[in-house]
Amino acid sequence: MSSPFRNSFLPRALPSLHAGRGRGWVRLSKRRFASLAHPPLAPPLQGGGFIALAFLLALAGCDREQRDMNGQPKAETAAFVPRGDPRSAEYENNAFHIAQGQKWFGWFNCSGCHFHGGGGMGPPLMDDQWRYGGRMEDIVASILYGRPNGMPDWRNKITEQQAWELAAYVKSLSAHPRQDALSARADEMSNTEPQTLQERQKVVPETKAQPSGEEN
Amino acid sequence: MRRRGASLMLLPLLALAGCGGIQTIGGREGREAALIDDLFTLFCIVTGLFFAAVMAFLFAAYWRRGGHRADRMPDEGATAPRDRGLRIALFAWTAAVIGGLMGLAVASFLTDRSLAYSTAAGRPVVSIELIGNQWWWEARYHFPDPSQNFRTANEIHLPTGSAAMITLKANDVIHSFWVPNLAGKQDLIPGRVTDIVLTPTKVGRYRAQCAEYCGLQHAHMALDVTVDTPADYARWLAAQTRPAAAPTTPQAIAGYRFFMTRQCSACHAVAGTPAGAGVGPDLTHLMSRRTIAAGTLPNGTGPLHAWIADPQGVKPGANMPYIGLDADELHNVVAYLETLK
Amino acid sequence: MTVLSGRDLPRDGEDLQGAALHGRLERTWGDAPGLWGWLTTTDHKRIGKRYIVTALVFLMLGGLLALAMRLQLARPESGLISPDRYNQLFTMHGTTMMFLFAVPVMEAMAIYLVPLMIGTRNISFPRLNAFSYYMYLAGGTLLWVAFVLNIGPDAGWFAYVPLSGPEFSPGKRTDIWAQMITFTEVAALAVAVELVATILKQRAPGMTLARMPLFVWGVLVTAFMVIFSMPSVALASGMLIADRLVGTQFYNQYEHGDPLLWQHLFWFFGHPEVYIIFVPGAGFVSQITETFCRRPVFAYPAMVLALVTIGLLAFGVWVHHMFATGLPRMGYSFYTAATMAVAIPSGIQIFCWIATIWDGRPRFQVPLLYVVAFIVTFVIGGLSGVMQASVPIDLQVHDTYFIVAHFHYVLIGGAVFPLLGAITYWFPKITGRMMGEGLGKTSFWMIFLGFQVAFFPMHLLGMWGMPRRVYTYPTGMGWDEMNMLATLGSFVVALAVLLFVVNAVHSLLRGAVAGPNPWDAPTLEWATPSPPPQYNFAHIPVVASRTPLWDNRHHLPVVTGLRVDDRELLLTTVMEARPDLREASPLPSIWPLWAAISTTCLFISSIFTPWAVLVGAFPVAAALTAWFWPKSPPSPEPVIE
Repeated sequence: MSSPFRNSFLPRALPSLHAGRGRGWVRLSKRRFASLAHPPLAPPLQGGGFIALAFLLALAGCDREQRDMNGQPKAETAAFVPRGDPRSAEYENNAFHIAQGQKWFGWFNCSGCHFHGGGGMGPPLMDDQWRYGGRMEDIVASILYGRPNGMPDWRNKITEQQAWELAAYVKSLSAHPRQDALSARADEMSNTEPQTLQERQKVVPETKAQPSGEEN
Repeated sequence: MRRRGASLMLLPLLALAGCGGIQTIGGREGREAALIDDLFTLFCIVTGLFFAAVMAFLFAAYWRRGGHRADRMPDEGATAPRDRGLRIALFAWTAAVIGGLMGLAVASFLTDRSLAYSTAAGRPVVSIELIGNQWWWEARYHFPDPSQNFRTANEIHLPTGSAAMITLKANDVIHSFWVPNLAGKQDLIPGRVTDIVLTPTKVGRYRAQCAEYCGLQHAHMALDVTVDTPADYARWLAAQTRPAAAPTTPQAIAGYRFFMTRQCSACHAVAGTPAGAGVGPDLTHLMSRRTIAAGTLPNGTGPLHAWIADPQGVKPGANMPYIGLDADELHNVVAYLETLK
Repeated sequence: MTVLSGRDLPRDGEDLQGAALHGRLERTWGDAPGLWGWLTTTDHKRIGKRYIVTALVFLMLGGLLALAMRLQLARPESGLISPDRYNQLFTMHGTTMMFLFAVPVMEAMAIYLVPLMIGTRNISFPRLNAFSYYMYLAGGTLLWVAFVLNIGPDAGWFAYVPLSGPEFSPGKRTDIWAQMITFTEVAALAVAVELVATILKQRAPGMTLARMPLFVWGVLVTAFMVIFSMPSVALASGMLIADRLVGTQFYNQYEHGDPLLWQHLFWFFGHPEVYIIFVPGAGFVSQITETFCRRPVFAYPAMVLALVTIGLLAFGVWVHHMFATGLPRMGYSFYTAATMAVAIPSGIQIFCWIATIWDGRPRFQVPLLYVVAFIVTFVIGGLSGVMQASVPIDLQVHDTYFIVAHFHYVLIGGAVFPLLGAITYWFPKITGRMMGEGLGKTSFWMIFLGFQVAFFPMHLLGMWGMPRRVYTYPTGMGWDEMNMLATLGSFVVALAVLLFVVNAVHSLLRGAVAGPNPWDAPTLEWATPSPPPQYNFAHIPVVASRTPLWDNRHHLPVVTGLRVDDRELLLTTVMEARPDLREASPLPSIWPLWAAISTTCLFISSIFTPWAVLVGAFPVAAALTAWFWPKSPPSPEPVIE
């Protein structure tokens, strides 16, 4: 990894990855090589850039025949919300915010993928498996900045407050919320038990290893 | 002319009636309201007579005591003969009460029947689906050709002289639809479909307000009702059916971009643009409406600025969130909204 | 004199009367001194007084909420109170007035007065009575503590689903409201059962049903209405709690529940509730009118039949609260007819009271003034009620300020005015001192006129289209002046109530000392000293007419032979009130208090976890076991000669 490469390339290709940590950089850039070779990215590459491109193509070639049977999303350190955000305590376990989040959950069609928390096209939200971390800050980051394999980024589509309220609601689906702030269930059709009664059993551990970049 | 039904009872206070008259049950601007107002007047007269009778008896009883003030007990057995007259009076009074009530009940029943027959009389010309939300109204106009259907918010237009069938649904909690100048009220109940027929007879602008407590902003859930001549109504329909015109000024174009890419389009729809979300009011012809935020503010540049800049300050608890636009963005968005004529 | 039995046990009678009898009865019926006695008492008068004072405190609190609301509504677009707080205010106002003031105060007056009026030593099931009071106190406290903590309910006192349901009322606000219903439910049902048993079995010998004072008739009808209507709201609120806390779907329309189910169940209780409040008020009016007109109430049988008729009709009118919900139109006609029919017995009663004034020798002292205010106000409220019985008219005025005006005319006119009259009337009996007449008249006129100023404009506001339960209203609707007027009136009323309280406190300390019968009233409660001794009557009186104290001015016949070494009551037959049995009355006990505390813990913690119902049942069972544990062998001789 040469530093000019990093400076000229990555910020353009992945503008949201502004705050990754060292290990993440390596992993990320490795994964993205194939896509970085696409023509739209070529014009800025002048002179030395051309050599870099050749180098890149060569490296990409190494992965070309890789058949990724895994198909699992990759844990990434995307843009994140720093831990210890004061809003975390403010929104989590707050009955009103949870109820508001429940409303946004329906309005912004979260249920289109996650259904009523049981998961469908998107991962379930009422178990205790978190791909990108289960703290309020992590959930807000997932909502605002999106995640690979389908989770769109909602920044500028909803307000930050709505994101925090959504996170509070999502959090209340999986953890035992405080009883005095227990989320109300939505009055809607559900084939599952109402959320308030649902036994919060652990999901049977998957046989596949959890996704991680190191496997690549 | 507006007749105040209870004029008999309320004469002395009528002088104070400085009422605008756009939301009053004595309005008589619809066939249904006029029928009910007639009945109301009848009830006021009859109950007023009964009230006068009771008060007369009470005053008579009060003044009569002067005659035998003696502070002694009635003699044993002396009450019986005196009772006879009162006993006859009691029977007469009871008969009068029963008779009066039966008359009123019959009158009420007949009025109710004629209200119900307006539903049955022929196919209503106008068919509107009105949906109650916390805390605004969505109106959907339906036509035989579904491509003509359109949505609007917090207003309905009706033509004079024809019955309008309003189908009522609720999205969240119970609301109640009430245009006092035109007719009585009808609840909107989640999980049920109710309806009401309005037959406006007079051109004018009326105000409807949610009449069932529906939560935080129940007070700010009004509906602007415009009754037009059939020709005006047809013009309005034609205008509403058109999609929004494309913005032309640079500022409006910037506002358009902002609207389409930012929070606005997550909830609002503008026909003819990519914005198609259904959870907030449809803004396609926003500037043809007289009020915004369900009757909370008059429509116009200033109120639009105020509303978009700080919705929670204007209508605390409303579902329109605070977005935090900077001044340029705010001006641009309002400039765009002002093109939605 | 009739002597029931002559054995060796000490009994009242010719051998034991006067001061000696008083000493024996004091020892037998007295409570332990101090706090312990206060907590363990089973005396209907002590508990009744507590009940009355607590209910009046809730009246003041509810009134303060009303003032806050009137301040907010005095001006259009006022920003004095936030919508969230306002919604809590009107919910708390309605809930406090209906559940914590009106019904309890009527039952409280009955707890105090009925045993005295029918000539018995104590109410039946006196420990249940104590338990009832503690439950009521706990329920009211729960609600008000929640309100102070800003988690007061905000879904209206009628709590319509789905607004009060799990989706639209987040947090614990509505759960607290619904659980408060459970508390008052238990309390009200307990009192109703006691009153029915007391009235039917403990009347003085000779007091046949046809000789009962009209207030006692009113209480009897009310108690039956409580027994038949309260289970409906218990069911409704229980299902609401279940929907909210354990995930049932009774009211969830998406899962084939029905929001209208709530309205049916609630109003099946809610309308009789209004008559539960009014019928005892009518009883007060009858007693006061009788005493101050110095003539038995005209057409007693018609009055009794009217009360019973109202009690029956009350259960056939609930749908008139639901005329706008779109139920089948023809079915509504039945409820129109039934609602209008209520005007017939009410009209008969009004006529009979005025006829009593007409034919009597009225002394217009404060209690009778309240009766006149009651007649004027209640007739207006009743006639506007007739208007709303009509479906088309109701479709216009439903949920407007017209309705607000109507039910305040009916409830304040029909229950609070008589109550204030009744407090003035029975104040000497309860405290031994007269209430001041001058201050009493001043506060009467202020309340009466202030009330009209506060509430009459609301009729107009409703006709001009102002809906209920709005925290503010726009300018230019023509509502400004009337709202300002209503606010001014409400403050006059508040000032007058303050005067009433000042008068009561002053009279309590400095009032003229009252004899046993200061008003020269005809009913039995005036046959005993003021305030009555703990055992109520030294000898149980015998009754031969509806107005025993007028007919036997100097020598009230009595029945003797009740044991004085044990708390013994005389039970009589249901219809004719012939002496039937001697029955032991329970001793003071701390266990009703413990039972109430453990039940309170169960109820409150069940808001937070359903397991509380299981775990909390054990302390309740323990307390009840101790409460009912047999402590002494039963009386040796349940004999009537």
